[in-house]
Amino acid sequence: MDLASFISNPNYLPWLIPVGPLVAFAIITLLTNRSKWIPATSSEYGGHHPDYDGMNVAVVTATSRVVSIIVGMSGIVMAWLISLRVVFDAFAIDHLGETVLQSSVAWISTGISSLNMGVLVDPLTVIMLVMVPFACVMIFIYSLGYMANDPRQARFFSLISLFAGAMLMLVVADNLLLLFFGWEIMGLCSYLLIGFWFEKPSAYQAAIKAFTTTRVADVIMMLGIVYLYASAGTLNFRDIMYNPAPELATTEEAAGEGEAAKPVIQFAREDAGGLVGEGENSEGAVAEGEEEVYEEVYVETIAMRLAETPAILFGGISAASLIGIFLIIGTIGKSAQFPLHVWLPDAMEGPTPVSAMIHAAAMVSAGVYAIIRMYPLFEAGGHPHDGDFTSPLMLLSIVGSVTALFAATIAVAQNDVKKVLAYSTISQLGFMVAALGIGGYIAAAFHLITHAFFKALLFMASGAVIHGMEHGEHHVHAHAHAHGGGGGDDPHAHDAHAIVPVHADDHAIEAHGTFDEHGTQSHEHVHFDPQDMMNMGGLRKTMPVTFITFLIGGLSLSGLPLLTAGFWSKDEILAEAWLGLTEGFGPHALVFLCLALAAFLTAFYTARQLCLTFLGDARTEEAKHANLGRGIVSFTMTLPLVLLSIFAVIAGFVGVPSDFPLFGAIFSSGGNPFHDFMAGSLLVHPPTLSFNLFPVLVSFAVALGGLGLGYLMYGVKPLVTAQPDPLVKILGPVHTTLKNKYYFDELYIILFVRPSQWFGRQVSYLFLDKGVIDGFIHLIARVFTWIGDFIKTLNAWLIDGVGDGVPELIARFGGWVRGVQTGRIQQYMLLIMIAVLVIGILFALSTGALQASP
Amino acid sequence: MTIIGIDILTFLIAAPAVGAVALLMLPSQMKGLVRFAALGISIVIAAISIVVFFAYNSMNTGAYGMVVDLPWFELIGVGWHLGIDGISAAMVLLTGILTPLAILVSFEIDDRVNMHMALILFFATGSFGVFAAMDLMIFFLFYELTLVPMYFIINQWGSVDGREYASKKFFIYSLGGSLGMLLAIQLIGWSVSTVPAEIVATLSETTPALLSYVAGSPSFDIGVITALWPALTTQIGGVFLGVDIQTVKTLAFLGFFIAFCIKVPVWPFHTWLPDAHSEAPTAGSMLLAGVMLKLGAYGFLRLVIPFFPDVWVGEIDILGAIQTNFATIFAVLAMLGVVLGAYSAFGQTDIKRLVAYSSVNHMGFVAMGLAVAALAYGQAYMTGSSVHIQDAILATNGAVLQMFNHGLSSAGMFLLAGGIYHKTHTRDMTQYGGFWVKAPILGGIFIFTSMASLGLPGLNGFVSEFLIVRGAWSVFTSLTVISMLGLLFTGGYILKGIRAVLHGPFNMHWKDHKLEIDLRELVAIAPLMALMLITGIAPNWILSVINASVSLMMGIPVQA
Amino acid sequence: MVETVSFPVLSLLIFIPIIAAVIILFLPREQKDLIKGIAVTAAFAVFVLGLFTFISYNNNHEMIRAAQDAIIAEGGESSATRMYDETLVFEERVVWVEALGITYHLGIDGLSAPMVLLTGMVTVTGVLMSWRIEDRTREFMAFFLLLVSGVFGVFVANDLFVLFFFYELAIFPMYLLIATWGWVKLREYAAMKLTLYILIGSVVALVGAIAMVLQANTFFVNDGAQIFANAVESGILPANSSELSFSITQLTLAAENGAFNLPFVGDISFANVWFPFIFLGFAVLAGVFPFHNWSPDGHVAAPTAVSMIHAGVLMKVGAYAALRVGIQLMPEGAHTHLPWIVFLTLINVVYGAFIAFRQRDFKYVIGFSSVSHMGLVSMGFATMNLVGMTGAGLQMFSHGAMTALFFGCVGMVYDRAHTRDIPSLGGFIKIMPWVGVAFIIGGLASMGMPGLSGFVAEFPIFQGMWEASPTTVLQIGSFSLTNYYAILVIIAALAIVITAAYVLRVTGQVFFGEFDRAKYPDVDDITLRERFILVFLGAPLILLGIYPSLIAPMLETGLRPVLALLGVAT
Repeated sequence: MDLASFISNPNYLPWLIPVGPLVAFAIITLLTNRSKWIPATSSEYGGHHPDYDGMNVAVVTATSRVVSIIVGMSGIVMAWLISLRVVFDAFAIDHLGETVLQSSVAWISTGISSLNMGVLVDPLTVIMLVMVPFACVMIFIYSLGYMANDPRQARFFSLISLFAGAMLMLVVADNLLLLFFGWEIMGLCSYLLIGFWFEKPSAYQAAIKAFTTTRVADVIMMLGIVYLYASAGTLNFRDIMYNPAPELATTEEAAGEGEAAKPVIQFAREDAGGLVGEGENSEGAVAEGEEEVYEEVYVETIAMRLAETPAILFGGISAASLIGIFLIIGTIGKSAQFPLHVWLPDAMEGPTPVSAMIHAAAMVSAGVYAIIRMYPLFEAGGHPHDGDFTSPLMLLSIVGSVTALFAATIAVAQNDVKKVLAYSTISQLGFMVAALGIGGYIAAAFHLITHAFFKALLFMASGAVIHGMEHGEHHVHAHAHAHGGGGGDDPHAHDAHAIVPVHADDHAIEAHGTFDEHGTQSHEHVHFDPQDMMNMGGLRKTMPVTFITFLIGGLSLSGLPLLTAGFWSKDEILAEAWLGLTEGFGPHALVFLCLALAAFLTAFYTARQLCLTFLGDARTEEAKHANLGRGIVSFTMTLPLVLLSIFAVIAGFVGVPSDFPLFGAIFSSGGNPFHDFMAGSLLVHPPTLSFNLFPVLVSFAVALGGLGLGYLMYGVKPLVTAQPDPLVKILGPVHTTLKNKYYFDELYIILFVRPSQWFGRQVSYLFLDKGVIDGFIHLIARVFTWIGDFIKTLNAWLIDGVGDGVPELIARFGGWVRGVQTGRIQQYMLLIMIAVLVIGILFALSTGALQASP
Repeated sequence: MTIIGIDILTFLIAAPAVGAVALLMLPSQMKGLVRFAALGISIVIAAISIVVFFAYNSMNTGAYGMVVDLPWFELIGVGWHLGIDGISAAMVLLTGILTPLAILVSFEIDDRVNMHMALILFFATGSFGVFAAMDLMIFFLFYELTLVPMYFIINQWGSVDGREYASKKFFIYSLGGSLGMLLAIQLIGWSVSTVPAEIVATLSETTPALLSYVAGSPSFDIGVITALWPALTTQIGGVFLGVDIQTVKTLAFLGFFIAFCIKVPVWPFHTWLPDAHSEAPTAGSMLLAGVMLKLGAYGFLRLVIPFFPDVWVGEIDILGAIQTNFATIFAVLAMLGVVLGAYSAFGQTDIKRLVAYSSVNHMGFVAMGLAVAALAYGQAYMTGSSVHIQDAILATNGAVLQMFNHGLSSAGMFLLAGGIYHKTHTRDMTQYGGFWVKAPILGGIFIFTSMASLGLPGLNGFVSEFLIVRGAWSVFTSLTVISMLGLLFTGGYILKGIRAVLHGPFNMHWKDHKLEIDLRELVAIAPLMALMLITGIAPNWILSVINASVSLMMGIPVQA
Repeated sequence: MVETVSFPVLSLLIFIPIIAAVIILFLPREQKDLIKGIAVTAAFAVFVLGLFTFISYNNNHEMIRAAQDAIIAEGGESSATRMYDETLVFEERVVWVEALGITYHLGIDGLSAPMVLLTGMVTVTGVLMSWRIEDRTREFMAFFLLLVSGVFGVFVANDLFVLFFFYELAIFPMYLLIATWGWVKLREYAAMKLTLYILIGSVVALVGAIAMVLQANTFFVNDGAQIFANAVESGILPANSSELSFSITQLTLAAENGAFNLPFVGDISFANVWFPFIFLGFAVLAGVFPFHNWSPDGHVAAPTAVSMIHAGVLMKVGAYAALRVGIQLMPEGAHTHLPWIVFLTLINVVYGAFIAFRQRDFKYVIGFSSVSHMGLVSMGFATMNLVGMTGAGLQMFSHGAMTALFFGCVGMVYDRAHTRDIPSLGGFIKIMPWVGVAFIIGGLASMGMPGLSGFVAEFPIFQGMWEASPTTVLQIGSFSLTNYYAILVIIAALAIVITAAYVLRVTGQVFFGEFDRAKYPDVDDITLRERFILVFLGAPLILLGIYPSLIAPMLETGLRPVLALLGVAT
């Protein structure tokens, strides 16, 4: 088919969404990433990189920097535009839930079965397509400025393009395997980007931590995929969760009462590869008998059938549950849920745009997205709304609520401006997971979107703050060096001495590592930490735009009632939980309590962060001079903030409950738009909740209470230089525990890292292989040698002994023999004679015998 | 299909040897000439193997193609019997691709160039012969033949300190291991002659291989043996060579089993591998990991599984406590290989040993797939139950594809590790650090290849591992779950390697060394990377070929 | 009966060396070059003749096979003897001692043809190897050629007396060559030991042979008269032949018709009494355990050329005679005794390998490896079936070329380094690459590496052991044992690994590693002449390995009569 018809067909169009960034990645990596070699001490090569005396390093050339940026930008923008087009196509279809856009191709054919790869656009995909590409574009724009001085900006753009491409692939995937592709590639990108400044031990250690932690989850998730494929015979979302199980479609009774059902199913099928034309007349067809379709027809999907088959392992739970648990563990890793949350805060080591990418647009959202995607499978065999929970849902609600609360408490005690946000992300993801656990399917999706917007905003704003602080820091040093007469334009002059060459003769990797620690001690913390909020204060004066946008984002995060997006999504979750609580369902109760508490803490630490950063007076020289400067850098870094801050407010209004006083009337007169739209992605639409005042009041209370308390502690009388955090006094030892994140890292090092290193080296390699197995082989070799020696001696003594001994004896016997040499000859001759004699006797005997015989 | 009057397979086998002899004729001082002559020859060979692959692909039946059957050693009924099916086609292609790359890499060798190149070509001859053999003795002949060039490559051009030990261990271990196989081959070749004519007649209705076979004569034809040797138990049974036939079979099985376990290598027969790998020169490691290990896995698939269906699934109880069968034991060993291989790799500080242990880890997955195949095939043969056949087809496809993939990625890894070693003259990773600063291209390639070996979706490794795990899941569920631990630590050691080589502050000791990858190495690894990517994104180009034959192999007992 | 030429090829094979030897002895001892010239000419002449016989037999073996098939199909009285008669070519028959029925009867069959070729090859290389012999060159060459003619005589003889004549003729030059030109430290002892063992063996065999002749005679006079008449009439035996005859054909006729199955001592048959004496008597020369110890010492003591012909050919003479006289003429005895003799051969195989594995002296390693490999030959005989015995034949040829090559290599190293102590050597492949490569090829062949002659020889032997396993019965009184060949073969296979171990060890220590120029100041690369030797002996190893059917079918034709006598269908 020619390209025109390909593009003109909305079913095929989604294929193109991830293509842009992926191609951009390829182009930049293979073609445009050209470097020039310059002395490492020159100012072009600075920033987060140590200086190497008398060595040349690769620095991206100006042209390739520009070209790469253009390529990367155009790639992501292309993806954005195409996804907008797809979104509009999708909106053009009524009841997108039944009539999705999808197409697929055979990927691997093994035996009789064949595994297909394809794209799928249903309501869930649509809302992701609204959020992800836009956020990505913002992040890209932001990176223009933020990475402007990095010697490896081209590589950064290639990697982040791959990141975006993987995320988009994951979003449009129509099957679990393709989703897993995007999932894992994102894992790689996060690894490479967190460790982008790979010389910093903190950076590459964080990268390794992130990759390893998520991999723990991923291998288990792969088991889930494998199990699902083994038992369902397909990995296609629609086939598993929406379409009826194959054999049911053929049986009589399905056909009998399937009358009304048929259209639904057929459209889902026909539109695979079909054109919009069909799509339209299908709407016509659906228009008549579509209402009753949901209510009357009960179609058994594969997912439901799996819920009835017992699991292959751990008897007692259903196959669906086991698969679900495996997949959920995958999410726990990817979305940094307790207890696999440890990697996310360290991920801050990457450049800020990456943090934004990971925390808002892509990675962690992917985890929650995957659960939403597979939700019917987790729910299969249970009805959370009626208090009937399957084990996966239980797991979700417990993990989610625990994480939400636990992470929020840690966030309270952090001073690093990005760490606070990191823990808030973990906690907010906990909200979503918990919501899913109690069946708050739509609420979770809603919060996912709103959170994406304001969290992206917050990260970039914090990035702006950091950038500003570094700017200030440079300013200060510039003065210092101007006096010292050093190279004033080199902000890192004295880091050069901090990084001493590593000598070839330092032995273990550990030693190497600790050495690096020193290198960075001096490099990162000793002289100044631009991310520490204690070093800030009063930034609102020098960085007003950042302040406003940060404020909006913060308020949205803490769910400032009615105005901000965060409020609406959180409120929906709480409402969901409250409903169940009133009916007396355990999980709902747990979720409600934890989340309410967490929401309060969220509001509190957000207020604390805002106050410490922007209010009061500057607590350091650097903070005094902190600003973004002028020109392209500051523009590209502020523009996304402004745009995102708009969404951080309005995004909430798409999901206002229709019966919410006043607001409902304004925004959702015709039913809650978000809810109605999203509901289509499920076979059985979740009910809309009736308005209930209590949860709303609760959200009011926690949000305002938290903000208020925070302002009282930090805003009314802002901290001055070197003044300790009041919390330390109040909480005492608890504070230390929180500050150290409940010592989880230390725990894991003791529990997992060290033991596996020990096992790998000492047990598996040295003891088993070198000791036991090789020992055995060597033993065999030695035994053979012994046998050889034994036989050799035997040969010398016995065989030769006889061979030479006999003549000797004869010699002794015949004493007439004289002289050794000649004697011997005669001995031998004698011996021969004797032999002849002996045989002769036999011979005579024989002839005699012969004559005897007739 | 013939070249200059010789059929293409014979030509493919003979060409490298002839080329090698020609190289030895060249004056050893003219190194440049020798190198490029060797490269030229190997490229021709590669071209032929590619032609073979796609020509077979176009036939697109799972059955054997390009069959040659000429008399060779009538005395013992051995014929020059060659042919390829989808499985061997993939392996032939792999060998054909890797040979020129290995030669290109060993341009760095400067001592007795023509001898070194000739040995590489001899090795190619051996490998092609194994993969194309349809006669057991031809198989064994080339199987043993591959040992010799590899021994001398390691022994003569390896790193000075440990090469003596490593090469001798490798040679004696492999030779000793294949001793049992030699005896088993002779036993089998003769004992098929004891199968009564009427049974042969009945069997020949279902198996075409028997049509040209005269009952009562010894035969080493793999097809004939596949049909007759298992029938000895199922259709005749009783006492054989004065003992119960099952005992004889089990012993013969062990002969094959141990030989191939050593070659694959399956835990705990693997300890020769790290030594051989770490001491071998780069090209040696590439061929060793890329091709040689496949000989073992191929042997399992081609010989041990079809010959011994009854033994694989036959009940054995250990100390009267555990009731199990060889297939399960094999799966357990495979699991141990996956897990302990990964752990040992994780415990290394020597980069080449790390990569070597990664081979143990990856070949463990191959073994796992083969175990599934063995169990399913055996059950289908003995009881006609096709319960696991679908899983087995998936697993076997996965195993063969994994053989191909591991060929690509391990060769790539060794190429890079060897390159680094060649530049730094140390294999101790703690001496490295931050090379990415000075070698950006190397860094990118290193990460790409590592990720392929790690099994990142989108690259080749993932597809095969997914298929294997999928196939093994319903058969050896708990073992599969434990193997995941290995998959996890695959990540562990890969990251350890990347971290040690590329990350961290640059170790100023190498300040004045050239660390960036040479153009030659770049050219050598580019095709590998391309194949890794293509196979990862669209594996069907090769999987369809493999699948046809695998399904056929698995399908026969189901129909019967 | 296939006749291809009119001139007496086989007599030429025997007499060319003798004549050359005589001429040399009459030359003045100073004219070394002339002496060498004559010697090498004679050597090449016999090689060419040998090659000629080999090829012409090879061209005819299809025809001979067909004739044999015809006889088998036709069956009837003394068919085996007729087959044997068919197989003989280049026959020459001259009555020698009428009264004793001794005829100068030559002829070669599929078994001896390869041996003749091998002898030719080893002769040529041997003479070339002795190029540097400066001490009494004349005598050396003369004796050497005498030895050669003796060997040829044994291989082509078709008359027991002639066979013994040349057998002894081969031994005495051997004694002198070793005792005079050998390694000073050992030569007296070794030469004597060798002569002792071989002489005793041969004398024992001789007595047996005479007994056999008389037995046959009486048989033909009494019961077998009719058979004898038929044979004469049908032309298997010449018209003028008498009942008393040393002719192997006639004895075969007797054997086939049960002359030697008659009771002899008590109710023990003649064959069962005499087989061990005759077989082992010859097998001593083939180095069968426990009569093997003369051979390693002999090898070590002997000058290179002698070691080559000794290990390469002379040991084959023993094996050949044991087969020809022992098994062919006393099949019943073979059936009775080989099932226990096989244990001796097994010991040879493993034991020799183990000892070689632990030697320090380069030449002792090769010497004991010969013991091990010759054990395989006897083991092949012990299978008493086509595959195994053909394997034995292949092994005889393969080992002949291989071990000659080995000793050639050792000699070349020793001539230059003047030591054979393995640990003190090293890195010689750098100085003499050809020797290194040749040794490696030989080594690979000896460890049975596929693609070389060793494999195609050992494989059928083991194969034959498997085949023989269910049919062979060891009967000692009431005790009977069967199926034990299977276990023996498994044990024997162990030798392959040990062989590999010592080959690698020697190769590694002698040829690889660092060469110490200070230690060996005057070591230089080998000459063109020596390269020729290496190629000349190395090529057959590879050729035979790649295409074993060069020799196998021919050997089969030679062995089918023997197997027919043994009552084994082929």
